[in-house]
Amino acid sequence: MSPLLEVANVSRTFRSGGLLGRREVRAVDGVSFSLDAGRPEIFTIIGESGSGKTTLSRMILAMVRPTAGTIRFKGNDVARIARRRDRLAFMQSVQPIFQNPFEAFNPLKRLDRYLFVTAERFAGARDRTAAETQADRALHQVGLSLAEVRRRYPHELSGGQLQRVAIARALISSPMLIVADEPVSMVDASLRMSIVTLFRTLRDSLGVSIIYITHDLATAYTISDRIIIMRQGCVVEAGDARRVLNAPQHPYSIQLKSAILSPDAAGDPDRLRLRNP
Amino acid sequence: MSETAVLTVRDLRAHYVLSAFGINRSVSAVDGVSLRIGRNEIYGLAGESSSGKTTLIRTIAGAIRPPLRVLSGAIEFDFAGKRVAMQTATQSDLAAIRWRHLSYVMQGSMSVLNPVRRVRHSFVDFAYRHIGGDIREFLNAVRAHIGRVDLPPGVLDAYPHELSGGMRQRLAIALATICRPDFIIADEPTTALDVVVQKSVLGMIRSVQRELGSSMLFVTHDLAVHANLTDRLGIMYAGRLVEEAATAALFRQPLHPYTRHLVGSLPRIGATPPVTADLAGRPPSLADPPPGCRFHPRCPLAMPVCSEQAPDMRVVSDGHRVACFAVGVGA
Amino acid sequence: MGRTIWDLLRTNRAFAAGLVLLGLVMAVALLSFVSPYPPNDAYVVPPDVPPCWAYPLGTNSRGQDVFWQLSVAIRNTLAFGITVAAISRCLALTIGMVAGYAGGLIDRVLMSVNDTFIVIPLFPILVLFYFVMRDRMSWALLALVMACLGWAYDARLIRSVALSLRAREFTETAIFSGMSMRQVLLREHLPFVLPIVFSTTMNNINWSIGMEVTLSVLGFTDINTPTIGVMLYWANQHTAMVAGIWWWIAAPVALVVITFLGLFLLAVSMNEFIDPRSRLNRVRG
Repeated sequence: MSPLLEVANVSRTFRSGGLLGRREVRAVDGVSFSLDAGRPEIFTIIGESGSGKTTLSRMILAMVRPTAGTIRFKGNDVARIARRRDRLAFMQSVQPIFQNPFEAFNPLKRLDRYLFVTAERFAGARDRTAAETQADRALHQVGLSLAEVRRRYPHELSGGQLQRVAIARALISSPMLIVADEPVSMVDASLRMSIVTLFRTLRDSLGVSIIYITHDLATAYTISDRIIIMRQGCVVEAGDARRVLNAPQHPYSIQLKSAILSPDAAGDPDRLRLRNP
Repeated sequence: MSETAVLTVRDLRAHYVLSAFGINRSVSAVDGVSLRIGRNEIYGLAGESSSGKTTLIRTIAGAIRPPLRVLSGAIEFDFAGKRVAMQTATQSDLAAIRWRHLSYVMQGSMSVLNPVRRVRHSFVDFAYRHIGGDIREFLNAVRAHIGRVDLPPGVLDAYPHELSGGMRQRLAIALATICRPDFIIADEPTTALDVVVQKSVLGMIRSVQRELGSSMLFVTHDLAVHANLTDRLGIMYAGRLVEEAATAALFRQPLHPYTRHLVGSLPRIGATPPVTADLAGRPPSLADPPPGCRFHPRCPLAMPVCSEQAPDMRVVSDGHRVACFAVGVGA
Repeated sequence: MGRTIWDLLRTNRAFAAGLVLLGLVMAVALLSFVSPYPPNDAYVVPPDVPPCWAYPLGTNSRGQDVFWQLSVAIRNTLAFGITVAAISRCLALTIGMVAGYAGGLIDRVLMSVNDTFIVIPLFPILVLFYFVMRDRMSWALLALVMACLGWAYDARLIRSVALSLRAREFTETAIFSGMSMRQVLLREHLPFVLPIVFSTTMNNINWSIGMEVTLSVLGFTDINTPTIGVMLYWANQHTAMVAGIWWWIAAPVALVVITFLGLFLLAVSMNEFIDPRSRLNRVRG
């Protein structure tokens, strides 16, 4: 089975400072994993701030170039995508979902426009009616409809709804891979689970692989197939999601798991004691 | 409650008046909230975006500036016999109680610590005038106090940007507790912190609070934090308090439909995902709230009376209050 | 659009005042099309007559009615100012937005060119231009040269806005929706950049009119076309101040000051309206 996405020993270093006193920050250090083409899955990257997960996601989306290693999508080196035609072909298959739903859309412009443009560009819609049909279908897949979104501005919808619109937009081009960077961290807690379970539905019914990046172990447990845990640019633990989260091996993973606050702890006087590795 | 409360809020109503280009809008951010916080307890306030909890703490803290206006209601503090009514307090009254009796821990610790001066200057700026005495003795006392939050005394000589987020937040806690205040307001103090750091900072908050015997109003949208820290918990929705109970009781048996939805939709590791459906709709615009109970458009238990009258907070069992017509019926 | 202007008129005094002043100036400029005397003709009326009923602003020493001269002059001056502003806005927008969006080498090259233009001393260049062109001097050419010299400051301003917009997530959403750079710049970024462009346009018009008046008063332009500055030039040539023909100087100066004021008030009040933040507040309400 040929790999859909192959991340091979990828590193990214950021240099700062002038001629005197240069400083190097290794944001991502030697990360490797791959996703298979024929088997859609939800691949979770867990990390705190500074772990390099956002930089890694940007490299996969071809927004940033790795300083070492290669990322191959369907066999093509992602960093070598230069021509507009190649870039469009890449974006047809790989789409992002960003953390802040309120920032993902231009606050001065209507939302439906993004859906129509995506449909025209990536889904072969020849005119407005065709674009609207595509947009409506994509919105239905996320539990919304075009009637609710038509002619609306971003501030008229809630964070959860906006994130669904963002997912719908990403689905219009029928991508093979969606890279979701902290998609629910800025959404109200009561809406998170429904969006997260939506990812699972997308994997099962549409065959889309999803790279789900988060710091929240609880939502990751619910939907992930495989998981890697990153710390300061390096992968500290990887494997099947349930196995890793039920019985973490690496000290950092154990620390992460013990730091989770469980809602069932209410009333337990010992609840805030950290189990040190 | 037999003993006097440290904070009593009675039927507080506050709104924002926004006016631009001839259009006047009144946003009713806090609409009839009443609560009491006793001594030596951590009271949690939970609510999602636009629930009014930020406005509520601003009003309680006395940080009332246009376009925020208090319409009616009373806020009273009782600091071991010294009573302060926030409505009638003058600037000098507020200055006298600030930090000495009432202090805050805010979300962005950088906004509390002066970024261009060493950390110890912030302590001097905030607390010295209350404690007085020789400055060197004061600084020694500060060093000892820093140890309480597990920070080395050398931290006082550093600049804020040289410290990590977790260290800065512990400093903010130390800063807020140096004068041993009776009441601490904490607004999302751990939201911006990493999960591991968050747990230790929360533990810090709890131990400091226990040691000083202060009362605390802890505001966050994160219910898991409330479950692990607070003694009592109040849930706010669209500017009103909809349920209030001891934390354990609230999680064990949430009564209000909104609380049940909130508690039910929390993810848990090692458990099958909850099957609660998404609540339809979204929190109402506070500029134009629905009549009657503000939750009724989204409520699965809505009855005709819910759209006509707003339910009052009724005591259902010991320490458990709910504002809902569908609860306590027949009880 | 009409409703926003009506809203502004109703609630914003500065806007209303600016509109009134500019309306006055525009009325005078438009009247030039019905002027009874051809603009360049001299000695068509008795010279040096002070303001009176027959000649509301008096006549000058060249035998021209000051009022009708003024109307042609302000029309030409305004046209000049607007042309320079239009051309230099286009330049500033294109260069600023492309530099901010593209980054890297393109940005560095464009900004080096930009900084070169900022450093060039304008006035000596314009005077030099006059001395080189002399008789072949024309207003169109002068407008073009001034436009080419007047875009640099604002291009940097626009570039900084473009840089910050590039980093925002909705730009990435637009890119992943398949929009080309041109589409992203025009449809996503331009609404944010427009307030700056608008206020710099007013400044630019004021600046170019001021330059024009300066150059013309000194005689460094085509003095046969009546503009505000050329009127003042001829007034100085005929030593109007000494001869007591004060209305010849007062009228053009007063009108150009009214123009400046009107433009300024308009810029200040419209800016508050177009600014995305206040727009968001209004839309949200």
